[in-house]
Amino acid sequence: MMELVHSFGDGAVIAKRNLIKIKRVPEVLVFVLISPIMFVLLFAYVFGSSIDIPGGSYREFLIAGIFAQTVVFGATFTGAGLAEDMQKGIIHRFRSLPMSRSAVIVGRTASDVVYNVLSLAIMAITGLLVGWRIHSGVLDAIGGFALLLLFAYAFSWVMAYVGLLVPSPEVVNNASFIVIFPLTFVANTFVPSDNLPAPLKFFAEWNPVSAVTQAARELFGNIPAGTPQPTAWPLKNPVAYTLVWVVAIVAVFAPLSVARYRRAAQRV
Amino acid sequence: MSHVIEASGLVKRYKDVIALDGLDLSVPAGTVLGLLGPNGAGKTTAVSILTTLLQPDEGSATVAGADVIGTPHLVRQRIGLAGQNAAVDEYLTGFENLEMIGRLYRLGRRRSRERARILLEQLDLIDAADRPVKTYSGGMRRRLDLAGALVAETPVLFLDEPTTGLDPRSRIDLWAIIKSLVAQGTTLLLTTQYLDEADQLADDIVVIDHGRAIASGTPDELKEMVGGERIEVTVRDAGQADLARRTLVRFAVGDIQTDGRAETLLVPITGGAPVLTQALRELDLEGVAIRDVTLRRPTLDDAFLALTGHGAESSAKGRTDSAPARDDGAGRPREASRR
Ligand SMILES: Nc1ncnc2c1ncn2[C@@H]1O[C@H](COP(=O)(O)OP(=O)(O)O)[C@@H](O)[C@H]1O
Ligand SMILES: [Mg+2]
Repeated sequence: MMELVHSFGDGAVIAKRNLIKIKRVPEVLVFVLISPIMFVLLFAYVFGSSIDIPGGSYREFLIAGIFAQTVVFGATFTGAGLAEDMQKGIIHRFRSLPMSRSAVIVGRTASDVVYNVLSLAIMAITGLLVGWRIHSGVLDAIGGFALLLLFAYAFSWVMAYVGLLVPSPEVVNNASFIVIFPLTFVANTFVPSDNLPAPLKFFAEWNPVSAVTQAARELFGNIPAGTPQPTAWPLKNPVAYTLVWVVAIVAVFAPLSVARYRRAAQRV
Repeated sequence: MSHVIEASGLVKRYKDVIALDGLDLSVPAGTVLGLLGPNGAGKTTAVSILTTLLQPDEGSATVAGADVIGTPHLVRQRIGLAGQNAAVDEYLTGFENLEMIGRLYRLGRRRSRERARILLEQLDLIDAADRPVKTYSGGMRRRLDLAGALVAETPVLFLDEPTTGLDPRSRIDLWAIIKSLVAQGTTLLLTTQYLDEADQLADDIVVIDHGRAIASGTPDELKEMVGGERIEVTVRDAGQADLARRTLVRFAVGDIQTDGRAETLLVPITGGAPVLTQALRELDLEGVAIRDVTLRRPTLDDAFLALTGHGAESSAKGRTDSAPARDDGAGRPREASRR
């Protein structure tokens, strides 16, 4: 119990340190925030104007998918940040201090929430500028963003683990694409999953990225009237299914990452 | 038991290198132990084990009453460490670095800030306190790192080669800081490649080589073994070396040694420049032609020469196995014979 308190306390100190770095080197942030804007604009104009879905706007349908895809991609930021931490001199200081052994990772995943908030905000504004609208209540909309953030947070633990496995930050990007591309594309992010061939359809229906996208769409009121009800359980209960994944991911990857950090920290 | 640092039989192996080969150490409370050895001797490995960063393959150690293997967390609360390379965060300012360390020692916000300010003042970094460490010079980073080790006022300190790479001026400044710390009763284990540094700072010195202690004692005892100052004389004609030796023997306070080349004599003396003058006068009277002469204070190299009969070459190089040799800061490897 005390360990948990310390983990959060020390994690907060580390998170503050990470945020100071963002303040000192804002270029990094500018760069990682431009890509979400690009995603929104490219998808909205390239696909959004050439694909029609009956009874609604494809552009509105797309936005939640882009949100989900971007926060999943954004998790690589966590992995790269941790991989970089492990190479820096300061890690030797952390190892010798009586701080919680999970603080470096807890702090990293926490500070990246700020990054995700910024990236969601920027995408939302860009989305609104190109015609995306929320057709639901304020609470639903907040719920949608909160769910996306929660999922982003959980996924950053996956990438934290990857970041601790690889030898350098550059490898994180390459390694993570192997996971991220199938997850974000074999899903309902950009096209409805009903039209996919059977095995892909099955994957897409049970893919948590589909669930979080579906949930966000519903909560933003971006499902066009007349769209057939999904039949798969995860897509019928997207919020619950997403939350299950959030808990499961953190439950699996937090201990894995901490164990990995301990081992990495034992090496000189 | 008044020994604050106690290690026995520490062994650490890497693939084909034995970094530590049964090292014993004991440091009484409030004293300074100088761990002296060339590059690759095992100094950092020893410090890493004692500071819980590394597990030994064999042996045991306690620091400030806590077991480094069984209760590493307790050890970490009671020690400060300045490692061989400055462990500072480039993007934070000096102040932010120290404040963060204070928070992670769980000193609380107020106390952490207070300590940060005091230490920046003490280590002459106050003008740079609010600049990112990126802009610091090597010497400033070292001092900040040392400050990091001092944040929590722990009873035990480990400093791994604190002055390596510093210019002579910064070295002397740092010595003064370390001396004032020790005067406050801190127990300190310090590693160094410089005999004069160990001499300046340590109450006891353990000389290690190939992961093993090869000598130990107070600086005075060690200097007695090694010989303090010495004159290095190179004669013009190797044929006169013997005459020179006979002439100089009465100035020598220990064995006269020769360099690998027969024409260079290493004569341990005490008394400094006046003795040198006298010795040169005698050599001149005897008609010994001299090519070069220097008065030297002993180095690690000399200590090794005296203690082992070979120079302080990088330990890794001295092995028959294929251990990668690290760069060789201290020792100019050299052939030596001992008479
Ligand atoms: N991680 C490592 N892997 C392999 N060999 C190592 C490692 N760390 C140290 N060594 C070897 O152990 C020996 C002692 O190293 P070290 O303790 O760093 O010496 P020192 O600090 O006295 O220069 C050296 O031969 C070094 O090459
Ligand atoms: Mg070393």
